[in-house]
Amino acid sequence: MATERFTKDHEWIRAEDGIGTVGITDYAQGQLGDIVYVELPEAGRRAAKGEAVAVVESVKAASDVYAPLTGEVTEVNAELAANPALVNEDAEGRAWFFKIRIADAAEFDALMDRAGYEAFVKQES
Amino acid sequence: MSATPEPSLQRTPLYELHVSLGAKMVPFAGYAMPVQYPPGILKEHLHTRDKAGLFDVSHMGQALLIGPDHATTAAALEALVPADILNLGPGQQRYTQLLNGEGGIIDDLMVTRSVSSDDDGSLMLVVNASRKELDYAHISGSLPDDVRLQPAPERALFALQGPATKDVLAKLSDIAASLAFMTASSGKVGDFDCHISRSGYTGEDGFEISVAAAKAEKLARRLLAQEGVQPAGLGARDSLRLEAGLCLYGHDIDETTSPVEAGLAWSIQKRRRAEGGFPGAGRIQHELAHGPTRKCIGIKPDGRAPAREGTEIFAMLGERIGAVTSGGFGPSVNAPVAMGYVQAQYAEPGTPVNLMVRGKALSATVVPLPFVPHRYVRKG
Repeated sequence: MATERFTKDHEWIRAEDGIGTVGITDYAQGQLGDIVYVELPEAGRRAAKGEAVAVVESVKAASDVYAPLTGEVTEVNAELAANPALVNEDAEGRAWFFKIRIADAAEFDALMDRAGYEAFVKQES
Repeated sequence: MSATPEPSLQRTPLYELHVSLGAKMVPFAGYAMPVQYPPGILKEHLHTRDKAGLFDVSHMGQALLIGPDHATTAAALEALVPADILNLGPGQQRYTQLLNGEGGIIDDLMVTRSVSSDDDGSLMLVVNASRKELDYAHISGSLPDDVRLQPAPERALFALQGPATKDVLAKLSDIAASLAFMTASSGKVGDFDCHISRSGYTGEDGFEISVAAAKAEKLARRLLAQEGVQPAGLGARDSLRLEAGLCLYGHDIDETTSPVEAGLAWSIQKRRRAEGGFPGAGRIQHELAHGPTRKCIGIKPDGRAPAREGTEIFAMLGERIGAVTSGGFGPSVNAPVAMGYVQAQYAEPGTPVNLMVRGKALSATVVPLPFVPHRYVRKG
């Protein structure tokens, strides 16, 4: 069964069989507003935890999307690249950005769970 | 991502209304302003082009320049700006710029001659919020003894913009529908005494309505109750003006850019070009005669990635030729759009350029401005 974690940069990551699927949270898309462009990494790219690997742009501004943990990008969401507004419609579902092979399961476990993330958002807003 | 701006920010008379409408308030030029309402920038932008958007622009500086007669007041202002103010007819409005001694732009502003002969000798000025204190000091410090500047912080200002606005105001106002683009008059909107001009900064037909601050919320609610009128925030105002190719102070124009470089030579009338007599006339007359060394241009990225302010522009052979000064996504164009400055020899529409975005060269093309045709109504 997939388990999910969240970062302070408002990414979610869902792990299954050593592969994490990554996107931005519904809270983040609400803050960003209408998404008009996403830039995704190339499959095969190795990323360190916290490295900027994707970009999400609203009408007003560009924001980085970070690798929630260290690993190799295995796949990106072509549907999202073609239709960036998907982020506003289904941020934590169909609008995933990329998949990453988790190098160190401890990095995943150290991230916030949903209750922790919700408390973090409450405190930040 | 905090939604609550600092308490030191000033509020416009519509602050409570914005909050009650669910606006996201952000700091802008010292004011807490609505950047967007719940529908979001994209929908607010498209709604304004399709029907009517109501913008609170009360943060802008409204002031009266008051002298004994029009010729005296006009001469006082002409010493600071390159537009022909003397030949402005009663009720006529003009866009111009306060210039420094080098011909750089201190601010851009709207100037309106009073329609009424009772206050002949009065000019209404509307300046940018971020510049108003500096503008007021600059103007006041340059006036002859018989002309004075009287800021009007007790007034609110709305921009009602879009193709449906004329029908909305025809129902509510005795004079609005009779105004042509860039003319103004005092009159009623509903039961409220207003000063109305047919103008705006979106490229659409529309009106700017000045009203006493104490009446502002009631009037705004009355306007929002009309069919087709939706509130629109600063985000949509910015994307609308960018598509319309209109310069934003502090971004596309500043104290180093001249009106000629900025593509604003149209706002310098023939008499002033010939006579000079405004700050920086030497530079500006030279640029009018020989062309400026750099020019403000429209830029259309070939792909989907927006190029933001500060993006460097390169010629195809690799030479850096300028930078983007405003850039984002144009909702009506449904593509990224930008404005910027390049060396004059690269300013011809159709010129291919490269934009350096996140370390990658993205191809783009110089295009004529505006991106979306203006739809001003020249005759009321």
